[in-house]
Amino acid sequence: MPSEMSMRRVTAINNGTVIDHIPAGCAITVLKMLGVDGGRATPVTLAMNVPSEKMGLKDIVKIEDREISQSDLDKLALVAPEASVSIIRAYSVAEKLQVNLGEDVVNVAACTFANCASHGPREPLPHRLVVHGRDPLQLRCHYCGREQDMDSIVDNLL
Amino acid sequence: MVPAPRQWLWWVAAVNWGRGVAVASLITMDDLSNEDILAVLDDAERLLPVARGQAYLPLLQGKLLGNLFFEPSTRTRMSFETAMKRLGGDVINLGDVSSSSLVKGETLYDTIRMVDGYVDIIAMRHPRQGAAQYASDSAEVPILNGGDGAGHHPTQTLLDLFTIRQAHGTIEGLNVALVGDLRFGRTVHSLSHALVRLGCSLTLVSPDSLRMPSEIIDDLQALGATIIQSEDLAVAIPSADVIYMTRIQKERFPDEDEYQRVAGVFKLAAADLAPAKGGMIVMHPLPRVDEIAPDVDATVHARYFEQAFNGVVTRMALICRLLDIAVPAVPDAGTSTDSGGES
Repeated sequence: MPSEMSMRRVTAINNGTVIDHIPAGCAITVLKMLGVDGGRATPVTLAMNVPSEKMGLKDIVKIEDREISQSDLDKLALVAPEASVSIIRAYSVAEKLQVNLGEDVVNVAACTFANCASHGPREPLPHRLVVHGRDPLQLRCHYCGREQDMDSIVDNLL
Repeated sequence: MVPAPRQWLWWVAAVNWGRGVAVASLITMDDLSNEDILAVLDDAERLLPVARGQAYLPLLQGKLLGNLFFEPSTRTRMSFETAMKRLGGDVINLGDVSSSSLVKGETLYDTIRMVDGYVDIIAMRHPRQGAAQYASDSAEVPILNGGDGAGHHPTQTLLDLFTIRQAHGTIEGLNVALVGDLRFGRTVHSLSHALVRLGCSLTLVSPDSLRMPSEIIDDLQALGATIIQSEDLAVAIPSADVIYMTRIQKERFPDEDEYQRVAGVFKLAAADLAPAKGGMIVMHPLPRVDEIAPDVDATVHARYFEQAFNGVVTRMALICRLLDIAVPAVPDAGTSTDSGGES
């Protein structure tokens, strides 16, 4: 069972969040978008290019002592739309969260096109990206219509 | 039977009674179905005597258009104003941007919300792409996109389609060559969508660095487009029914060096048109710099000045459509009983 073998590669955590089924190679991006950096005092475990029945290869992230929020899930949807998220309490799965990428991604990331009208200083309307394709994920800005640069969208998270 | 002038307002109200829902705003060509497009062209055709000043039809009496041009414009701004006034309406202009509240840091949202309360419809141009959609999301009144950065210019597309249909009697089945700055050129972004939807084949002629954006190519191909891409204008001339030249827009380039590498790369002279079909037309959204030599003006192919005039009649039709006002048959020139009274 590749998935069990995969999970055994990293140790269980007491409290925190496990993010499984991250596309291979994207774990570091996921940590970056969740704001997890070297400044944390609690452990973060990361496994990359783990064999997966469902995905071929996948990444896994375990963050101790942090339960990710809905706004984190919305961000996660941009990089790992198929990810499965478990909230762990006392070594048990307390909650399973689904990453749901809707048709409209509102106030999660700003348009990656620098000359988009939505970048005007103090403009009050929400940033809106529209899902144009799902495999691979393609987003377009609701306002300017430009295809989003998925490599730089992490830098535009709100 | 055309009513006497004093009966106009009642008659216009009667004609419009029970009409369908108007188009909310015109931001991209996706806001108009093919049937909408052809209906606008038909309305424009009927309004030609009014645009020429040969008949008076005050369909827009009491209506006010806000002309918000945050970027320089001659033809688009003036043709919106002419269109409104020829139909008995009136216009307020933003004026010089440098003397408006924008220099004090007012947001586009606040500007639009404010003007929204003053007028019945807004025509706007803005240097930022997506500004027209942003304005439409901010406003209650309809927005006509007169150009948003390198995005779209759908009202130009309507006048382009009108000009093509005027010359060829149809749009379907034509081979149209779009030439020049296809990357930053908003006119060709909107036009290419409409041409493909209406059954044209496209030849896209540009330097490699100014090719049509990939998302637009993807959209055109998803619509089933037949597209040839080339860097050689001469190859496109013999088979074209329309050659649509565009200016390499210096103002859109991030740096002068990049502009200089492609400036003047396509120049069309009368001698170049020898292998063209007899009915082929040369179009240009204007202003031109050096991409069409003056000797082309005297050929049977030149249509760019008629094209510019057609901006008035198509914008008349569009304003009526967005305000949900039906365009009736217009009396022949000289038969109008009204001697004037334009506001």
